[in-house]
Amino acid sequence: MKKADIVPNIVKQYSNHAKEMDETVAEFFKRTILKIPMTEMMTILKAWDFLSEKQLQNVNFRQRKESLVQDLVLLCEKKRASVHDAALLDIVYTQFHRHRKVWDVFQMSKGPGEDIDLFDMEQFKSSFKKILQRALKNVMVSFRDAEENAVWIRIAWGTQYRKPNQYKPVYVVYYSQTPYAFTSSCPLRSNIPLLGQALTVASNHHKIVKMDLRSRYLDSLKAIVFKQYNQTFETYNSTTPLQEKSLELDIHMDSRIIHENRIEKERVQRVTQETFGDYSQPRLEFAQYKLETKFKSDFNGDILAERKEPLRCLIKFSSPHLLEALKSLAPAGIADAPLSPLLTCIPNKGMNYFKIKDK
Amino acid sequence: MSVLRPLDKQPGLNTATILLVGTEDALLQQLADAMLKEDCASELKIFSFFSHLARSLPLPSDVNRPRIDLIMFVVNLHSKYSLQNVEESLRHVDATFFLGKVGFLAMGAGQESHCSIHRNTVTKLANTYRSPLFFCDLEREGFRATVAQRLVRMLQICAGHVPGVSALNLLSLLRSSENPAPEDL
Repeated sequence: MKKADIVPNIVKQYSNHAKEMDETVAEFFKRTILKIPMTEMMTILKAWDFLSEKQLQNVNFRQRKESLVQDLVLLCEKKRASVHDAALLDIVYTQFHRHRKVWDVFQMSKGPGEDIDLFDMEQFKSSFKKILQRALKNVMVSFRDAEENAVWIRIAWGTQYRKPNQYKPVYVVYYSQTPYAFTSSCPLRSNIPLLGQALTVASNHHKIVKMDLRSRYLDSLKAIVFKQYNQTFETYNSTTPLQEKSLELDIHMDSRIIHENRIEKERVQRVTQETFGDYSQPRLEFAQYKLETKFKSDFNGDILAERKEPLRCLIKFSSPHLLEALKSLAPAGIADAPLSPLLTCIPNKGMNYFKIKDK
Repeated sequence: MSVLRPLDKQPGLNTATILLVGTEDALLQQLADAMLKEDCASELKIFSFFSHLARSLPLPSDVNRPRIDLIMFVVNLHSKYSLQNVEESLRHVDATFFLGKVGFLAMGAGQESHCSIHRNTVTKLANTYRSPLFFCDLEREGFRATVAQRLVRMLQICAGHVPGVSALNLLSLLRSSENPAPEDL
């Protein structure tokens, strides 16, 4: 069958079953549900809370994915689901798969002498939406409340003549009791100032600044920005880590192997622990250093050192888990302890993008 | 304490001691384990040896340390830091050690793209000190076992447990025609 033959059939099928649902909306539902892995299907649909338990029970979840998706889309049509319900499903999916987006961090501040008002979530939402809609004719905004007084906002951008593009949305996660908001990278750069403005005004702040912090791991960004990473966690297991450490030494303590630099090793362990702590580090994938410094050389008469202009250089450290990798450098013997403060200051300063200039 | 000398202590009975010097402790540990396993597997069970692992020289002073029969300097070609460490440690070894009781082990040559030290640098270093150079990927168990085998054999000779062969003999045998001594050129 040619593609041209299939499309009219689908349109006919949908228009026979539900006169209310637009084909683009049906397509949006289909694509969103298709994204969900089969193992998470039930969990995500339940979290979405649009289809009732009874309805879900009547669906055969053991069939092939394409047929399952068709059944689910039909159910949504019967229940007169709108594009907003589809947007909510998209939010739920993104909440479960937050690491698929790269998150930036914005920090807002109040003006000098401004009082701290009581935050009203509903007022924030309506204000935020109004600001965006006043500026851009076609924009769709959806909200979903989350724990810790946070709200997940999904924005689909359109233009004056085009309906919102549902496949390139921007997500904003705003923690209302804090001045911090996390946004997924926006494909339309020109909309970022407007987004910032809407956030600032709707939350009664004065200024918004983009932090030099970016990562896929939203929870790690939260931990860094809310300074929660250096807390030892709930379960009382202060005895087990000690046991583990001594076990590690025992296994290797074949009496015929003698470590000469035991004292140095212990010093390295101590310095590493002082710098990084015993807790697990927040997860970042890279640190980037932009150098604009003059070249320094030990040799006299080095050509590069004679240049008056600063030497531009970009250094990027990448890792599946950058901070844990840095923590293991000195114990592994790859670097001296203590490490450069440029590396160890990352969680403290809440930055992983640095610009280094000569003083 | 500051300089290691080969003959300043009495040898132990039926024992030998190897000193592994390198920055990457975990790998040195694994190499030492592999050597001990090798020793158990070989026929000469009366021979037992000690491995001392050090990050760098000079070693802390220890009266009870036995005589060291063989020193292996381990360089990781991926890390300039490890080469620097070895070069600084070499200064604390007496010249008489280099008559067959020192060797160099370079690891990581297989991953060309990760190497920040050229092979020629270590080759030149080994030639300068007239000592044999082995290349080995210590992270792979099979290669590690092979190198462990060679090191155990070398250690036996350096400790004088193989009648008729001395460390100096071995050194001249190991000097192949591909890497002639500079005087021979």
